[in-house]
Formats: sequence, C-alpha cells, structure tokens
Amino acid sequence: MSDAIIQAQNLDLTFKTNDGPVHALKDVSLEINKGEFVSFIGPSGCGKTTFLRCIAGLEAPTGGALSVNGMSPDEARRARSYGYVFQAAGLYPWRTIARNVQLPLEIMGFSAAERAERVEKVLELVDLKGFGKKFPWQLSGGMQQRASIARALSFDASILLMDEPFGALDEIVRDHLNEQLLALWARTEKTIAFVTHSIPEAVYLSTKIVVMSPRPGRITDVIESTLPRERPLDIRESPEFVEIAHRVREGLKAGHSYD
Amino acid sequence: MIDPLRNFLAICTVVLAIIAIWYAGAFALNSQWTRDQAARAGTELSLGAIARDTMRQERPKLPAPHQVGAELWKTVAQKKITSKRSLVFHGWITLQATLLGFAIGTLAGITLAIGIVHSRTMDMSVMPWAIASQTVPILAIAPMVIVVLSSIGIQGLIPKALISAYLSFFPVVVGMVKGLRAPNAMQLDLMQTYHAGRLQTLLKLRLPASMPYLFASLKVAVAAALVGTIVAELPSGAVRGLGARLLSGSYYGQTIQIWAALLAAAALAAGLVALIGLAQKGVLKRMGMAQ
Repeated sequence: MSDAIIQAQNLDLTFKTNDGPVHALKDVSLEINKGEFVSFIGPSGCGKTTFLRCIAGLEAPTGGALSVNGMSPDEARRARSYGYVFQAAGLYPWRTIARNVQLPLEIMGFSAAERAERVEKVLELVDLKGFGKKFPWQLSGGMQQRASIARALSFDASILLMDEPFGALDEIVRDHLNEQLLALWARTEKTIAFVTHSIPEAVYLSTKIVVMSPRPGRITDVIESTLPRERPLDIRESPEFVEIAHRVREGLKAGHSYD
Repeated sequence: MIDPLRNFLAICTVVLAIIAIWYAGAFALNSQWTRDQAARAGTELSLGAIARDTMRQERPKLPAPHQVGAELWKTVAQKKITSKRSLVFHGWITLQATLLGFAIGTLAGITLAIGIVHSRTMDMSVMPWAIASQTVPILAIAPMVIVVLSSIGIQGLIPKALISAYLSFFPVVVGMVKGLRAPNAMQLDLMQTYHAGRLQTLLKLRLPASMPYLFASLKVAVAAALVGTIVAELPSGAVRGLGARLLSGSYYGQTIQIWAALLAAAALAAGLVALIGLAQKGVLKRMGMAQ
C-alpha cells in the first residue's frame, strides 16, 4: 500500500474540435505521494495544464482512471481537497486583499471570526502582513500572486495545484517567490503539483520532475530529485543541480519530434 | 488650474454658438410671417424692423431664446408650484411616473438578464422578443396601453410608468447580460474549484463584475424612461405633466410653451443622468474600481 495522494492510470483525454479530435493526454500514468513537490515541465501543448485541470476536476478524462485523496477528481473538488493557483493572480479588483483571501472562506461558510483569523495567518505565511486593507491594483505583480497563493491556502486543503503561477513575473521576483514557496511548503507539508516552463524552476523546487511532450500529450520521463530538502538559492550552481537540469533537457529533447 | 478654465471656456463657446444659430434660425423662419403681415397692411418694413419683429412674435415658428427664457422664468419661478401653469408642477408629475417606470424597468431588466445568463432557453427565447419590443414604435403602443388599462380602471400614474418601463428595461437587459458575462473563464474556474453554487457565483462574482456595465445602461435607461413617460402623457388627453404641456401647446399653436416644456424635459433628463453619474462614482469608489 503506497501513500499516493494522486494516482493516474493510463489517463486519456481527447478534445473534440472543429479541426478534428485533439489528443491532449495519452496513456498518462503517475503517482504523487503525500508531501511531494511535483513539477510538470514541457513545451506548450504537452498537456501539463490539462493534466492539472483533470486533477482539479475542471476537465473530465475520456479514458483511464484518476483518483485524488482516494476519491474521483469531481468528488475531491466537492470536498474542497485542493487549492488552485492560476497563472494570473485573478484577484477581484473590487475586494481588498484580505477580502480576496477570505473569498473561498465565505463560500465555504466559515464564521466571521474564523475567517479573520485564517486570513491573518495565511497573509503572514506569504509575507503580506499589513497589506490586507490594500486593493489589488496597489500591489506589485509578485505581491498579487502571493495574495492569490494565500487565497488558495486559506481553507487549508492538503493539496496545492499551481498552474505556472510565476510565469508572468520577471526572473528576480521569480527567484524570490521560489525561495518563499519552498519555505512555505516546508512549513505546511502540503502536496504540491506545479506546472512550469522553466527548467531551473522545476529542478530547484521539486522532489519529482515530470517531463512531458506534445502531440499527443504524454509523459516522457519522471525524475526523482536527489537534491536535499533544504535548498539555498545557490544550490543551482552545484554539480548535482546541473546534472538534473541536464537530464530534464535531454528528456525534453527526446520527446520533441521535428518531423 | 488651467484645465477647468479651458473646459469652462469650451462649454461657453459651444453654448454661445448654439444660441447664435438659434437666433439666426428664428430670424430665417419667422421673417416670412412678418413680411406677409406687412404686405397685407401695405407697408414697407426695413430689415431692422423685420429682425426686431421676428424676435417678439406671439406664435413664432421658432421662438427666440430669450422668449423661451422668459416663458421658463414665468412658469418656473413666478408661479406657485401647485399652480397648473407651473412647469415645476408638471415636471413633478412627469418625474414621478419616470422614476416609477425606471425602477420597474431596471428591476425587470436585471431579472431578465440574470435569467438569460443562466438559462440557454431564456437566452434563445427572451432576447429576440426584447429586441422586437424595441422595434415597435412606442407612439403606436402607448395609446393602446393607456386605453386598455383605463378600460379596466387603471389610470394615472401606473399606465405612464408601464410605458416608461417598456422603454427603459431594454438598455438594462443588454448592458447587464454583457456585464454578468464579463468574468473570464479563469475567474469562473476559480469559483468551480471552491465548489461554489450558481447563486454564490452570481452574488460574489457576476454581480460585482457587472457594476460598471449596470451604471452605463442605467444612464441610457433613465433618459428612455423620461421619453416614455412624456409619450404616454400625449395620447391620454392628459392635463398634467410635461407631455400634456407639449400637447396643449401644439393644440393652441403656443410654440413658446412647447419649447419651454422641451427645455424643461431636457434639463430633467440631464439632472437624472447626472444623479446616476454621481451614484456610479460613489459606488465604484467604494468598490475600489474608480478610474
């Protein structure tokens, strides 16, 4: 008996479009264990986001089996088992940061006292203490994204699904947020599934890197990271890091056909 | 400080230009009558005398601005507001029906828009009727509504308000359908990940997101509501309201009275639109969305 929290077996997903069927996922099998940090990397169209959306129950696979927390993805969504962070922060412009963060809590029916307490806790967790009364436009892009992570954390789901959350930010901000995310992961012991375009980001963050390739979207390599859990930023210059990055690059190359 | 001054000068320039064109028009349109009168009396008039006469006829084709101004002064400031000759009295009658009609139209518009956004059937079935309703001339419908309602004993405020609502619900429907659909796929997905119901999505996402659209359509709607009320006051032989003033003015060839009532109606509409603009500013500011 493994302690897999997310299990996919021979997952298939075909979209019907006007130009004929598109094979977004083909024969995807993967296990994600409790407390792991798993990155999905690959070129556009490789199905990494689609796979994440399947886990979230936002997309329905057309074949294979997928379970999240021992339930179907839709049941898991109804049970509010995960927090989802999108590429754009997507904060409501008419709500302050604190009220944005408490949005899921309102929907889930938490009491006012508990909402206030949780908002304060997660804002501190993402280093936004004191910004609760600001409106989103008063914050930088990186701070907005941190607020959206706080929003996903506020109801304390055990899984965090992140779809290129730092893709739109510049590299300096991204480095900083990566470091913070690792610290946050260590503190909260969440299981994180993280979609990215960036090889260094994937290697730096993950305990497991899933390399995917397009047409049809499939997994070409799964790399267990040998890096320690404690990761200062300069670990990215270590030979070990470079070696894993190299393997990811090879995996991406192998999956890419030019015919 | 230069900008308000420039705005003020720009507005003054436009107003002066309009008044100048108006005077020129009054001269052009009214001079024929003056010449005819002179010819009948067998007298010869100088151009100056003609010009002077065109500015002070009792039933001019186009009253000069100062004549309308004097009439407005007389009927707004110098009459008791309870008098049947007071424009304030008639304006108040029209305003009541306009506000009631606007309220009914806005409520109906928002309700229909919520239905259209949530039900494909309503989207397919209601929208064409809403559009068709606006292609029928209001002048054709108003008398029938008045007559039918009065035959079952409903008179006065309600029939006028209904016609006013008939015109004002449409911009609200169109604006709110667009506004309620303003949230993008990602924002809707986010609500899905919280397992939010339709009502929660409506209250917490769609309605707040639609506010800028709502106010834009309310401005159009309130002006339409006023037009609806005035049109409704025409066929009923009403004796009260701005529409009645327009009608009686045209019966008796009182062009000055007509123009005064027209200007009063325009001022009323401008005031209502300005009030909604203020509400918009306040609400959007409170929502942190003021631009």
